[in-house]
Amino acid sequence: MESATNIVPLFDVMAVRKMFPVLNRVVHNKPLVYLDNAATTQKPEIVTDMLDFYYKNYNANIHRGIHALAEEATEAFEATRTDVQSFINAAHREEIIFTSGTTDSINLVSHTWAKANLKRGDEIIITGMEHHSNIVPWQLVCEERGAKLKVVPVLENGELDLEAYHNLLSEKTKLVAVAHVSNALGTINPVKKMVEAAHKAGAVVLVDGAQSAVHLDINVRDLNCDFFAFSAHKIYGPTGVGVLYGKKKILEAMPVFRGGGEMIKEVTFEKTTYNELPYKFEAGTPHIAGVIAFKAALDFIKQTGKDFVKNYEDDLLKYATDELLKLEGLQIIGNAKHKTSLVSFTLDGIHPQDVGVLLDQQGIAVRTGHHCTQPLMARFGIPGTIRASFALYNTHEEIDALINGLQKAIKMLK
Amino acid sequence: MEGSIQEREAEIIENFSLFDTWEEKYEYIIDLGKKLAPLDDAYKVEENIIKGCQSTVWLTACVKDGRVFFKADSDAVIVKGLVSMLIELLSGQPPQEILDARLDFMDRIGMMQHLAQTRSNGLLSMIRQMKSYALAFQSEEIKTNSDGNR
Repeated sequence: MESATNIVPLFDVMAVRKMFPVLNRVVHNKPLVYLDNAATTQKPEIVTDMLDFYYKNYNANIHRGIHALAEEATEAFEATRTDVQSFINAAHREEIIFTSGTTDSINLVSHTWAKANLKRGDEIIITGMEHHSNIVPWQLVCEERGAKLKVVPVLENGELDLEAYHNLLSEKTKLVAVAHVSNALGTINPVKKMVEAAHKAGAVVLVDGAQSAVHLDINVRDLNCDFFAFSAHKIYGPTGVGVLYGKKKILEAMPVFRGGGEMIKEVTFEKTTYNELPYKFEAGTPHIAGVIAFKAALDFIKQTGKDFVKNYEDDLLKYATDELLKLEGLQIIGNAKHKTSLVSFTLDGIHPQDVGVLLDQQGIAVRTGHHCTQPLMARFGIPGTIRASFALYNTHEEIDALINGLQKAIKMLK
Repeated sequence: MEGSIQEREAEIIENFSLFDTWEEKYEYIIDLGKKLAPLDDAYKVEENIIKGCQSTVWLTACVKDGRVFFKADSDAVIVKGLVSMLIELLSGQPPQEILDARLDFMDRIGMMQHLAQTRSNGLLSMIRQMKSYALAFQSEEIKTNSDGNR
């Protein structure tokens, strides 16, 4: 409480907005209303300053150099790892592996753990609301290993059919891969309970945290998941940086992924021995600047206080939902009891893309389409939705602008 | 619309210059989209689909007296309006004219972003497909002519 009251008493959204220069932009002669935060959030100036500062002051390759710049860069890079550890409450800092993003993190697991542990007849369970990035890597490895992909159905309200999930679990289940929060619906899935059930069946669990890390308190030890993947760019950090958390014992037993620098201990032409965790999985020069600047994003989140932000974002979601439902012919897709600040909807007789184009003309950025969840859209029998996703810098006035923009678009299209 | 592709383009650009606001511009395009005769379901088959990431375009073509005629449709009305303009421009033209068309008008009327969004609406792929139809018909024509000369 103390630090929160020091920095943003009662969450001052106008003060927060000032930290994001891009929010002053004008698009098509209108002030930008950025409501595509589930795709990527904007960056506070402290993050972009850090990128700039790194390149101007201590750009060097990390870990191997003995000169001053290399040491400073290494120290800053590793400081982010420590902060990520605390951000998700991991037990050990070597459980934090830097990747290029959530997709890369998931692929790391599918290429190493899954290949080493799957055999013919085994099963992987995913859910009907997964992003393509949490479907395709498993399809590929199932095909290669002769394993089967099982899918937990999605109920009409956008929640998972948990009864079906429990019925799918068996001794054949080797892995459960599930989104913490749905990128298309906003549904918060009960992953802690799902992990518990999966562990009873002897399966390991990967949680796709791409959409949850920015909104929810992440505690991997409490969730007890075996893997947790997320991206920096969706939590106010730079693009090109992601995290794979894995339980130490599992990571240690996993075969290596990419070969190259950084990940080796000793190379001869006869045999190579590999470096220890986490470096074993970090081949090649990483996105050093991005990782270092990611720390600034984590600091920003810590300083604003996730509790304040959660309350504020819940309020945005409630206001947006209430106002949207006043529009005729509007249907919200995804009415789960627990949602993050994201609302997906359709309009009777209107193609989502047309709405997206006309909102853009009014300076309003939303996402339209299938949101890389084609099976989920098929489940609801729609080509796509219009999705407005909110961040801590959005305001009621911006939601009003969205409603006005939609009214105008509907009038023009009808 | 009569005349060459360039003349037709000039006419579209002139029409658009009369609009003061983006609303007028888009209302015009939406209107064109609504007026475009829907494509017969028989043509809405897999091989005529130009799939965008968000919307779909269907395109079919035939050749008559050395001129190419196009029919098309889309499930999104703004794309359909733009499709309608492309058909107005290119339908009824000889293959070589279609192949040479630069279609600068999209830029001049401020609709370039819709061509850039290739992944979302398939419009650029549609133009490519129109040109490959023209090329195919042209090769057929040359082949028929040379066959006839034998």
